Amino acid sequence: MTQPGIFELLSFGPGGWGNILLAGAMMTILIALSGYATGAVIGVLGAWAKVRGGPGMRLVADVYTTVLRGIPDLLVIYLLYFGGSAAITAIGRLFGAEGFIGFPGFLAGMLAVGITSGAQHTEVFRGAFRAVHPGEIEAAIACGMPRWLRFRRIVAPLTLRHALPGLGNVWQVVLKESALVSITGVAELLRQAQIAAGSTGLPFDFYLIAGGIYLAISTVSSTVLHRAERHFSRGVRRS
Amino acid sequence: MSSPASSIAPVAISVRDIHKSFGPIEVLKGISLDAREGEVVSILGSSGSGKSTLLRCINMLETPDRGEVTVAGETIEMLAAGNGKSRPKDRAQVDRIRSRLGMVFQSFNLWSHKTVLENVIEAPIHVQKRPRAECIEEAEALLAKVGIAAKRNHYPAHLSGGQQQRAAIARALAMRPAVMLFDEPTSALDPELVGEVLRVMRALAEEGRTMLVVTHEMGFARDVSSRVIFLHQGQIEEDGRPDEVFGNAKSERFRRFIKA
Repeated sequence: MTQPGIFELLSFGPGGWGNILLAGAMMTILIALSGYATGAVIGVLGAWAKVRGGPGMRLVADVYTTVLRGIPDLLVIYLLYFGGSAAITAIGRLFGAEGFIGFPGFLAGMLAVGITSGAQHTEVFRGAFRAVHPGEIEAAIACGMPRWLRFRRIVAPLTLRHALPGLGNVWQVVLKESALVSITGVAELLRQAQIAAGSTGLPFDFYLIAGGIYLAISTVSSTVLHRAERHFSRGVRRS
Repeated sequence: MSSPASSIAPVAISVRDIHKSFGPIEVLKGISLDAREGEVVSILGSSGSGKSTLLRCINMLETPDRGEVTVAGETIEMLAAGNGKSRPKDRAQVDRIRSRLGMVFQSFNLWSHKTVLENVIEAPIHVQKRPRAECIEEAEALLAKVGIAAKRNHYPAHLSGGQQQRAAIARALAMRPAVMLFDEPTSALDPELVGEVLRVMRALAEEGRTMLVVTHEMGFARDVSSRVIFLHQGQIEEDGRPDEVFGNAKSERFRRFIKA
């Protein structure tokens, strides 16, 4: 049997791995996006708790960010996936179900990525909000803007301006972190590359290809982020 | 400037017995003050006299511990809070009254992500819900009036301090306020830029705007205002027409203040 060339490996026809890798890349993007979005929601709430919350809320938010930034992300995935499965199995047994019930890998991955990136989101949003000139918010109050209008028209865009560089970093981290989800068996890019490498005996080729795909995704997304940064930084004096 | 008409004009703004403490320090010790329509009241005082706090209590940027604020006949309803202080009863009422008060800040506080024109039309469109085309038309007229029509599409960061403050005045005027509040509007400006802002304020005074002006500009207080108030340690020490107050001050402290 002759070694297949790279184009045959990547072809979308029978015997090619193109379809599978593409599906893996889509799954990676899906996990990263959904995890990132979850993290952003947690981050907004966490930042709000730290900036505006009472002592109790602040303590909860502080414990959350301290713990989540101090433990390995892989541990969080294990905790959610295996811990989650064990919990569901136990609950299932209460209702008379037999045997092991698995926590859905995708959900575990999304939550794990969301919970870990949420700690970073929290710090990014909090820092960005602190960087907003308080006078600009006061001007909005003084002209009679109710709270939600003020948030929507003034506070959020000004905070985003300061948050975007940090948010870009968090996204890059999340994209790479999504590879950890492969241990739950979710068919994302790294997992698919692993399978392809195993069944063809060409680990070098497939891991390089996967690396190239990760790089392509992060390059495209950093271009998008750069555009967004430019949009939200309008009006900032450039020296 | 103090025409006889101003003494019979309706009261535009009325402040009754305002008290305010920050921690143990009582900054305002019961201030009462009325301004009739068309009156220009300059509020003087050394730093720490409470003059900025008084202005900020009027539009509830600071909540007065006690006292009453009435704007164009509507009194802000207050509730007693548990700690002996008060707070506004109805947030919507406070927002409505704030939209009748045009505030100009020492540090301009233009929204840095919006152009000059966008700054001016923001509140008229989103707070007062007036038609956009009408707001833009009015905003352009206001920007022409304060002399920065050519800068309408610039962002605040690309304007001089004087231009920013004039834009901020246009932004406040765009709300068609009953009263304009100026909180040391020229104190953050380079000396050579003070004049252009004072000229705009003088023009507003001459067209009969009701204005409360916290300022260190003695010239403005003497020549433009219809009334001068001197605050010292949270109390009114002088209150009268500028010629009376400057020419024949009752308090030794004020005489020293204007000499300094």
